[in-house]
Amino acid sequence: MPGKTLLKPAPAAPPPPAGDGSLYKKRVKVHPKSVEGPFRRFKWIVLFLTLGVYYITPWLRWDRGEFSPDQAVLVDLANRRFYFGPIEIWPQEFYYVAGLLIMAGLGLFLITTTVGRAWCGYACPQTVWTDLYMQVERWIEGDRNARMRLDAAPMSAGKFAKRFSKHAVWLLIAVVTGGAWVFYFADAPTLLKQLLDGSAPFVAYGSIALLTFTTWSLAGLMREQVCTYMCPWPRIQSAMLDEDSFIVTYKGWRGEQRGSAKAKLAQPDSFGDCVDCMACVNVCPTGIDIRNGPQLECITCALCIDACNDVMAKLGRAPDLIGYTTLKRDEAESKGQPLEPMWKTLLRPRALVYFAVWAAIGIFMLVLLAGRSQMDISILQERNPIYVQLSDGDIRNSYTVKLLNKQGRPREFQLSVSGLEGALLSNPVTGEEPAKSLRLPVRADGVDSYRLQVRVPLRSIEAEQSEIRFEVQAVDGDGDLMKTARFTAPAR
Amino acid sequence: MSKIDTQQNAHPSGPGNAGPGTTGHEWDGIQELNNPLPRWWLWIFYATIVFAAVWVVLYPAIPLPGGNTQGTLGYSSRADVEQQMQALDAQRDAALKGIEAIAIEDLGKDPKLLQAAIEGGRSAFKVHCVQCHGSGAAGSTGYPNLNDDDWMWGGDYASIYRTIQHGIRQPGDDETHQSVMPAFGKDGLLQPAEIASVTEYVLAISGQEHDRALAARGAPVFEQQCASCHGADGKGMREFGSPNLTDAIWLYGGDRASIHNTVFYAHAGVMPSWKGRLSDATIRKLTAYVHSLGGGE
Repeated sequence: MPGKTLLKPAPAAPPPPAGDGSLYKKRVKVHPKSVEGPFRRFKWIVLFLTLGVYYITPWLRWDRGEFSPDQAVLVDLANRRFYFGPIEIWPQEFYYVAGLLIMAGLGLFLITTTVGRAWCGYACPQTVWTDLYMQVERWIEGDRNARMRLDAAPMSAGKFAKRFSKHAVWLLIAVVTGGAWVFYFADAPTLLKQLLDGSAPFVAYGSIALLTFTTWSLAGLMREQVCTYMCPWPRIQSAMLDEDSFIVTYKGWRGEQRGSAKAKLAQPDSFGDCVDCMACVNVCPTGIDIRNGPQLECITCALCIDACNDVMAKLGRAPDLIGYTTLKRDEAESKGQPLEPMWKTLLRPRALVYFAVWAAIGIFMLVLLAGRSQMDISILQERNPIYVQLSDGDIRNSYTVKLLNKQGRPREFQLSVSGLEGALLSNPVTGEEPAKSLRLPVRADGVDSYRLQVRVPLRSIEAEQSEIRFEVQAVDGDGDLMKTARFTAPAR
Repeated sequence: MSKIDTQQNAHPSGPGNAGPGTTGHEWDGIQELNNPLPRWWLWIFYATIVFAAVWVVLYPAIPLPGGNTQGTLGYSSRADVEQQMQALDAQRDAALKGIEAIAIEDLGKDPKLLQAAIEGGRSAFKVHCVQCHGSGAAGSTGYPNLNDDDWMWGGDYASIYRTIQHGIRQPGDDETHQSVMPAFGKDGLLQPAEIASVTEYVLAISGQEHDRALAARGAPVFEQQCASCHGADGKGMREFGSPNLTDAIWLYGGDRASIHNTVFYAHAGVMPSWKGRLSDATIRKLTAYVHSLGGGE
């Protein structure tokens, strides 16, 4: 549209510096220094807990009787069952798993909006395994400076031995990680025996090999590259964070102007608390400088807080130059204004709404789970032929009846029909005389399907379509239910 | 969110931010930022190209006018299917042998064999029988419904087996079911009035509305002309394949016009004999399936 500008041209910006022309970036290797402090201790605890849960869970047993597996947590793909302690999920109940995933998603929203990327910093498998691998690296190759020297040194017998043993331990951890994974899909003790004597299915070895490779490459080699370039979550989280989210923050108003301790001693008013010791940068597992502000790469592991507090303590300065705070609180603090209480920041409406939705889904699922029936019936009327005229004038319809038995033992269900006078049930395969009700065995923890026929005298039929009731009663008395189906007769 | 910049690199014109630089491209004042991709990502891209090239050499890939390239490994998904079918056949071998070996009358006594036979028969039926009997075996006028409990040639295992083996009125098969109903009207065996009265009589014995006087006149005609095949009571005789005229099931229609038509012209449906065209095992499976439809005796 000539002569009409919809958008105002932006005020002339200073010309951005031309890049070095390369469209690709060489990776800068990160050598995180070891650090001690409360956040590091917390990370160790989370690491032990999460890895412990991961490795030990498949070995827990849960007695379900002779017809079901006794593994507490088992994803039985072959039989299409998911066992979780007392809970057993059938394929048609997969919405429970969908619900859990929605809860996990909302939980992530809730955590992120209150305490930032806590998932990334502490609990994400990528973080946990990378942490473990880094610790192994430290034990074998030494801390940051030793590792940097080793990297720069030419290959020698000693360097080779260190590298070799590091990768050997890494691979061992990786194999165990992949191994633990497959135990979730089969009886763990049996599978372990099979794995060792070579008789396990190929898919087990294949999965272990694949997970060994991914664990070793992602936690050993890729590390922060996974978070920065491969994971979508850092890109999504910007929508979750706001000025009331607790994030790892460098308090620039306190730290600047950076200067050595000596310089500040000479001119206390010209310098801030930051002594530019680079401790925060050296410990960062993603290799960034937190003093540049919040960044995509920051997984908020808080190790820089530990590192900085260590230095502040040595210098006798107040802690938390780098600390967990919100942008709002940081601003208030910088202006010397009173801070609102911590709980008020944490329990703000946004967080409460996330929590409410999260809890509502959880309660809804629990109620559903508690009210689940131990049996079910599905009735499908045969469509071809939809009815059969019998020689004595009776009309017969066929139904595929599926009986579900969710208990861990074989049961018998008594099926009867009503609603149409004189209706009789029969099973054409057994060839027994039609009767008012049939006893049908159903396997333990499974579905049995029967093709049954219902014949009704012509005199009881008033319409082309009538309703017929199927009543199921467990012969052991534990449960009954009723379903209706259509009974079709020829048009008259 | 103004203060949180989670972009990997902020806009270069932002305050105090040197930014990532540009590619040096500029169109109408719009500059293209350069957020360099990690080098390893580029290598993965190259690796996929190499993978594709290797794939094209090893596996069938490029469609050409004379057929696609075959690939050096000689892989074919059809051969795969062939192999899977053979494995399936091997798996079914035991059941198949059992079905072939058992006396046909005893097929119903072995639930496992019976189930295997029914399932096999279900698929064979869909190939060989649905053309006449319909996909649900419900038949249509002239083609019997196999779901009901009325059988012209018998509904036990042995009878069904024989009917499938040898068919009905199949020329050249000595054991085929043979019988002929005369065309009473067309061939002038009965007078039109006699045909009308016997039609009324048939309506009467099948419990339908009828003219009593006319039916009474039809009774002796029936006895003379029809009872030899359909029985004195009109219930039919299986050795002749003569249908029961007293029940509710009619192969060629049970209303007045249809019955009249049948008496006048007669009907003689045919079914091919399947012995020699289908394996004995398949015929046995079909027998089991037809028997299971609900009318088996």
